Amino acid sequence: MIKERRFVRKAASNVITATYELKAPPYPLNALEPHMSRETLEYHWGKHHRTYVENLNKQVVGTDLEGLSLEDIIIVTYNKGDILPAFNNAAQAWNHDFFWESMKPGGGGKPSGDLLDLIERDFGSFERFIEEFKSAAATQFGSGWAWLAYKANRLDVENAVNPWPSEKDKKLVIVKSPNAMNPLVWDYFPLLTIDVWEHAYYLDFQNQRPDYISVFMEKLVSWETVNTRLEKAKARAAEREMEEERRRKEEEEGKPTNEEDDDDDLEMYVDNDNDDSEAE
Amino acid sequence: MALRSSITRRTLTLGLNSTMLLPLSRSLQTFSLPDLPYDYGALEPAISGEIMQLHHQKHHQTYITNYNKALEQLHEAIQKGDSSTVVKLQSAIKFNGGGHVNHSIFWKNLAPIREGGGEPPKASLGWAIDTHFGSLESLIQKMNAEGAGLQGSGWVWVGVNKELKKLVIETTPNQDPLVTKGPHLVPLLGIDVWEHAYYLQYKNVRPDYLKNIWKVINWKYASEVYEKECA
Repeated sequence: MIKERRFVRKAASNVITATYELKAPPYPLNALEPHMSRETLEYHWGKHHRTYVENLNKQVVGTDLEGLSLEDIIIVTYNKGDILPAFNNAAQAWNHDFFWESMKPGGGGKPSGDLLDLIERDFGSFERFIEEFKSAAATQFGSGWAWLAYKANRLDVENAVNPWPSEKDKKLVIVKSPNAMNPLVWDYFPLLTIDVWEHAYYLDFQNQRPDYISVFMEKLVSWETVNTRLEKAKARAAEREMEEERRRKEEEEGKPTNEEDDDDDLEMYVDNDNDDSEAE
Repeated sequence: MALRSSITRRTLTLGLNSTMLLPLSRSLQTFSLPDLPYDYGALEPAISGEIMQLHHQKHHQTYITNYNKALEQLHEAIQKGDSSTVVKLQSAIKFNGGGHVNHSIFWKNLAPIREGGGEPPKASLGWAIDTHFGSLESLIQKMNAEGAGLQGSGWVWVGVNKELKKLVIETTPNQDPLVTKGPHLVPLLGIDVWEHAYYLQYKNVRPDYLKNIWKVINWKYASEVYEKECA
């Protein structure tokens, strides 16, 4: 899923440029018919997605962003909400990769195992989840995306005691986002997405977005991929927790030795009125 | 004292009754789809008949339907004093009401070529454009650049600031009306750059749509609005 970075050494100048490549969907462009036409894939992937990648490359070359992974560019250019120019192209390039991989020929049906358990735990039932996801996709006004994501972040507040047991902090959530936004910027782990920009469905469904959403859920979703992503998300969340534990322990253990140094730091040099200068 | 208060009480009761009846009996105005002043196919080849029909009969109609629904819910919530619901409905009203406002203007901004579509503006608006932008071509170039550069869905506008009597070019996201960019802004001409406005014909090439739409822009309407604001 992470974009390939191809390093090209320019012979004369000995400079390395990293470019992002347009990755093909994991199936032929006609493989999702009749639910999503070949024509749609040709334009959606071949023109829209391609343009995002090409424009991203143009924006990134020769800047600090060059060489970063796509996900890193997204976080950096999101800039905590004060969005920088390359964000749109970077996020859209990532979103579309994620979207193609969220589908497969002969998709749909129901998930199983851990994923189904979590869905039932966090939404009540699979049917309720479907309803909520469809509603989010249908009510994202204008252009945007609807997502299923794994939320494992916690408030970074020192001295706060988290009242929830650790497992409850991790949950599946449905979110929608406008234009190029995606849940990476909120520190969620995306698991599934549907593109609800009009270009995603207009050739096949015209204004009937709800029909497109239903077909997506019933015939296109690749639950295997969602499952794989969930496992990765859980692993990363566990890693992070271990990191935090380790860091917290180090801080605690480090404290006694530092106290003396702290006193030194607190020494203050106070000016007095006497002129101590030796120069007369 | 007693007399006065009894008269007052009667008047008060009468007054209350009449004021209480009025809001309940005044029915909420519902909106309906305005007719196009030309056939769906009359703007070809700039905009296809297929797009015009879908755009008018489906998209605009849906905004109106949902606007009416939201207004009804708002009316109810106001009467019940349900402030949470009143506030919650604001985005639906903005989306759908804005959609209705914007598209109603849009249909008047277009005209078949044989009815003046594409004819450059003259008189006061033509003069104002030349003064402010240098030339009509320059305005068109700026509009196209703004329209092509708009991320996601929205509109690109030529408007007039009715206080300052100055022309402006603005974009608005989604279905936000031009007035959300400035309370004194009056729309003269809006171009819908939502993908539904051009996708079936121009696909991803929004700049081609923008280039071609000028052939059917109805400057007569824009001039009328301009003259009314800046007479």
